[in-house]
Amino acid sequence: MNAREVVLGRVRRALADVPREEDPEREPLERGYLDSHQPADAVGLLAENLADYRALVHRSTPEELPGLVARLLAERGAASVVVPAGLPPEWLAEVPREVRRVPDEAADTARRLDGVDSVVTGCAVAIAETGTVVLDAGPDQGRRRITLVPDHHVCVVVVPDQVVDSVPQGLRRLDPARPLTWISGPSATSDIELDRVEGVHGPRRLDVVLLEE
Amino acid sequence: MSGGTYLGMPAFPRAAEAATRDERLRANLTHATHTIRDKRARAVAELPDWAELRAAGAAIKDRTLRHLDSYLERLEAAVTAAGGQVHWAADAAQANEIVTRLVLQTGEREVVKVKSMATQELGLNAALERAGVRAFETDLAELIVQLGDDLPSHILVPAIHRNRREIRDIFTERMGEWGRPAPEGLTDEPADLAEAARLHLRQKFLDAKVGISGANFMVAETGTMVVVESEGNGRMCLTLPETLISVVGIEKVVPTWRDLEVFLQLLPRSSTAERMNPYTSMWTGTSDGDGPSTFHLVLVDNGRTDTLADEVGRQALRCIRCSACLNVCPVYERAGGHAYGSAYPGPIGAILTPQLRGVDTVLDASLPYASSLCGACYEVCPVAIDIPEVLVRLRERVVEGGEATVRGSRVRIRPARGHAAERAAMRAARWALDHPGALRAGQRVAGRMRRLQPRRLPGPGAAWSRTRDMPPLPPESFRSWWRRTRGESGEAGR
Ligand code: SF4
Repeated sequence: MNAREVVLGRVRRALADVPREEDPEREPLERGYLDSHQPADAVGLLAENLADYRALVHRSTPEELPGLVARLLAERGAASVVVPAGLPPEWLAEVPREVRRVPDEAADTARRLDGVDSVVTGCAVAIAETGTVVLDAGPDQGRRRITLVPDHHVCVVVVPDQVVDSVPQGLRRLDPARPLTWISGPSATSDIELDRVEGVHGPRRLDVVLLEE
Repeated sequence: MSGGTYLGMPAFPRAAEAATRDERLRANLTHATHTIRDKRARAVAELPDWAELRAAGAAIKDRTLRHLDSYLERLEAAVTAAGGQVHWAADAAQANEIVTRLVLQTGEREVVKVKSMATQELGLNAALERAGVRAFETDLAELIVQLGDDLPSHILVPAIHRNRREIRDIFTERMGEWGRPAPEGLTDEPADLAEAARLHLRQKFLDAKVGISGANFMVAETGTMVVVESEGNGRMCLTLPETLISVVGIEKVVPTWRDLEVFLQLLPRSSTAERMNPYTSMWTGTSDGDGPSTFHLVLVDNGRTDTLADEVGRQALRCIRCSACLNVCPVYERAGGHAYGSAYPGPIGAILTPQLRGVDTVLDASLPYASSLCGACYEVCPVAIDIPEVLVRLRERVVEGGEATVRGSRVRIRPARGHAAERAAMRAARWALDHPGALRAGQRVAGRMRRLQPRRLPGPGAAWSRTRDMPPLPPESFRSWWRRTRGESGEAGR
């Protein structure tokens, strides 16, 4: 007997007390919890919660955005920036020509990305109650590694369209078949005497721009 | 260099006694557990529907466990359809053998690992080392543990027993043997220590061809794997290597995508006391050009089906490893994580380890007594595991013997009467009672709410204890009794 049969056989024997006719699909599960905690101002709450976990939050109109992105990259002294294939070109319109644009390519190595300073992306959805932005590797977000290896991530959230109240609402907007990365503030650790330190392996600075269309 | 081993650990009371004598360890633990405990209470209080989320979490897990075979088959089909390869392991030896073979097939001799309790339980690193494969732990705490040739002592903060100066010394002395050495003149500031770890591990991540992970959840419906983390080392291990091997206990499956809405609310608030942890990765099989091109899922039994066979003990498999029960446990706070002698410390360890391994060792027989049955663990458990109920059940098994399932076969466990196991159990019980923190918390028993599970008390264990050699509960306050019997300095709980 192979291990699969052994394990499944043990599971079935262990469940001898479960009536054969019991069909979990037919019994609705009691979900007495809330679908949303109904924040009065979801965008405001998103900003507050992101800031609480040390993301830097900015608000912007479409007209202001190119200037803001240029300033955020300049503040970090970025000499290079990764650009996902589907990023709206106007977002980087005011970034000086000297700042090298690095396309997101399948052939790229992690080592090469390690030499890039910043990355600018959009997002799939943002969750107000938890202060989370979710990336789904869409065209304006690119492969997962480009938001991981560079030390600075600028993430643009279109408000209010991309903002939901809650985790349940967020999951409904996402496609499980895509690779998903949920980001709630820059990477952190509390492993040394429970002192929270921002920034271990992921980007140590996370700028979130709330773009009001 | 693969770190310590839990094999041959002394029974709980002896290990606990040694730990309580260690002032620094105890101070570290008290500080840590109280800090997280208070933060958790605040994070939970933010959600008015916490009780309903908790009930749903328990119900989803129960439903899954009652039909585990069909959910596992569904998961296997979904993962396979998405481009992953599924392997099954009945025990630790099989799991280690499969992972070792998969690693060797890639031609690589180094792997990066993201913290996984399952691989700790299996002793995977040691098995890989025997095959000439070096496994690099990449969580900061696991790195501290690995470099220090040590064992984890807490689920969430495995190096909770180390302070910053010790960590600085470990980094300075040992990093060079494993890769990039610590920077000259490293200070003991947490930010500097984190930076040293970042630099040391970055080289490993960039070169890694094989990553090994566990998973917090697996969705049967979609084949999606979920890893919840803080530092970003998880994302590194999950996305940069060409081959990803996830080693996961069979109880981690949940039926539907929607079910994640419950657990992604319960877990971060219970565990790190955050609204959401910094990073959560979800992936389904493989994706073209993004992340590993080869994905293996190793589904591990290793005693889980034995646990499933016990109708009372089964609920231990609901555990989502949040560690909230450790942080409120007066016995854990005194004894430290190592005394529990397995990858699973604290109250959950006291009910999971004896069931996974069978109560036939002296240590495992003593674990169900490493508790004052105060019930604080049940109150904070996000999936409402009635840990005291399972403890009583396991005590009954130690004392009276009875039917149990061990490695898939029904066996009769003989009562421990007169054996070393019984003596160890008694010492553990006495130890738990001898510690004022334990008893203080015991006073909560009367007031606790038991909404989700019927109470099965006092149980045979209590009856047994009345007739045996155990100090009777003193009528006076525990503190004064303690002072009287142990002298002035005893109050600190030594
Ligand atoms: S038993 Fe409950 S409280 Fe303890 S780690 Fe598991 S889920 Fe968390």
